[in-house]
Amino acid sequence: MALEKKIRELKEKREKMLLGGGEEAIGKQKAMGKNTARERILAILDDGSFSEYDMFVEHDARDFGMDKKHLPSDGVVIGTGTVSGNPVAIFAQDFTVAGGSLGLMHSRKITKIMDHALKMRIPLIGINDSGGARIQEGVNSLAGYGEIFFRNTISSGVIPQISVILGPCAGGAVYSPALTDFVFVVDNISKMFITGPEVIKTVLGEEISMEALGGARVHCETSGNAHFFSVSEDECFSQIKKLISFLPRNNEVRAEVVETVPPDSSYDIEKIVPGDPTLPYDVREVIRAVVDGSDFFEIQEMYARNMVIGFGRLGGRTVGFVANQPLEMAGVLDVDSSDKAARFIRYCDAFSIPIITFVDLPGYLPGIDQEHAGVIRHGAKVLYSYSEATVPKLTVILRKAYGGGYIAMGSRHLRADFVFAWPTAEIAVMGPEGAANIIFRKEITSASDPDEVRRQKVDEYKEKFANPYVAASRGYVDSVIEPTETRRLLLHGLEVSSGKHVQMPFKKHGIPPF
Amino acid sequence: MTRNDMEKRANDRINIDHTWYTTRISARHAARKPYAPADPGLISSFIPGTVVEVMVSVGDTVQEGDDILILDAMKMKNRLKSHIAGRVTAVNVKPGDRVTKGAVLAVVEC
Repeated sequence: MALEKKIRELKEKREKMLLGGGEEAIGKQKAMGKNTARERILAILDDGSFSEYDMFVEHDARDFGMDKKHLPSDGVVIGTGTVSGNPVAIFAQDFTVAGGSLGLMHSRKITKIMDHALKMRIPLIGINDSGGARIQEGVNSLAGYGEIFFRNTISSGVIPQISVILGPCAGGAVYSPALTDFVFVVDNISKMFITGPEVIKTVLGEEISMEALGGARVHCETSGNAHFFSVSEDECFSQIKKLISFLPRNNEVRAEVVETVPPDSSYDIEKIVPGDPTLPYDVREVIRAVVDGSDFFEIQEMYARNMVIGFGRLGGRTVGFVANQPLEMAGVLDVDSSDKAARFIRYCDAFSIPIITFVDLPGYLPGIDQEHAGVIRHGAKVLYSYSEATVPKLTVILRKAYGGGYIAMGSRHLRADFVFAWPTAEIAVMGPEGAANIIFRKEITSASDPDEVRRQKVDEYKEKFANPYVAASRGYVDSVIEPTETRRLLLHGLEVSSGKHVQMPFKKHGIPPF
Repeated sequence: MTRNDMEKRANDRINIDHTWYTTRISARHAARKPYAPADPGLISSFIPGTVVEVMVSVGDTVQEGDDILILDAMKMKNRLKSHIAGRVTAVNVKPGDRVTKGAVLAVVEC
């Protein structure tokens, strides 16, 4: 009898905690189109797999009337569960409890689950929905953030870390997501900024809405802080599950191998790329024509669109794709696209994911704004990340590969394992027009018909250098291939390099051009 | 957006190394500010703020490094100085004025 009573007591205590900030607060949360913390966790995890810890944790702050405030679970839910059978650690801030504000015990719960994730070498998912620091807890609150940032950094490159912004995430709080690998945002729900519209108005006299300052769209299109955009929490949760399916559990194992599905036969790889190197096409069509099941999972789709990055599978194994996008800005390398590609290459390298590069670019974007924004430093990141990556690196030159862009995009010289070129490839120091104008400047300017002479010289140069065979004659390209051979050769190349072993010189860490 | 829609929209042109490419110009590239070299005679606000004090009047002669005005911004009182020696030809603000970033507050001519 006594046992039954105690079990009933536990059940009652649990029920109370599960209500978080209470019916009224939950009502407000729902009115904003938001799920509660526990609903979000359950939506991401496999049915029945969630185990919650620290449900009865409470703060012991005394100042400013906090001694009379009872905050269920201290405003954050932590636990473990599985996603498609793979174990993950997860936390979700509960906005219904004191606005999800972060106090000492709240942060200790988060760091507890982070420590578990690192120790058990399983991915960490953090759902952010918080008004910020719990001001009443003063410096303890700041200490809490610092402890979280430290763990984000130490876990970086060891376990996948995913941040989901489902509410406000302001001030110092934004630095935890910024330190993680992938940030998910939802339109009209996510808000991220260091200083909010009110402070900006007071100090600078500039007026801006929260959405325009740090909404989902802004971080996906403009700042590049977020990686995945969705219009509802449900869409966001399915994106998270899909992403996790591509990732290994940690940096010492490989991603799960699934059954090989051939690409959709409706993609005709010979019909995608126009022969004229100045005409655009969507490079994602080439990826889809090659990747298993034509299933390409793009990352940062709305940011620096002149560079395409994302995951897919070849022969059932996860690979990362990096490709110039001729459809946008002719596929040039610039400040933002360099950042985007370089970080992704480092991600793939950290988690043993082979890198497949599709090259078609005219070079770097000219411009005062680019030079002043540091295109030298940012462009260098691409060279750095390709060079230091020791995972299998397979490169296919589709069309243009001019100048510094050729070197940067996973070339042989940065130790690509296999470099293939389509017969449409033009591997040269620059485009025919530019090269002819420089080499034959005298002949052109002194001719009676300069335009005619220029045309002749451009054709001459094209004939001689705008092809893959000069590079192939030096062994910089391993094989000139038909487009239809691409998938088979990539599959074979991956098979051959599956045991790739590279010894790098000892270093504590390099100094990439951040 | 379907593939055809995207390619239809790709009808901008950009010149890279003497070659014109047909593509789509990004919003960011289209919106970039044209470069303008700095004019050393302009005394501009490098930050939004409030003018606290103006030390010169039109017609005054100033030396390089002379104080022109004090701009209160981010809890700091910033002394804006003349970059050149010359004559003050315009003072566009008075104490108490709030100014945006980049506003021309005064002009000095050689």
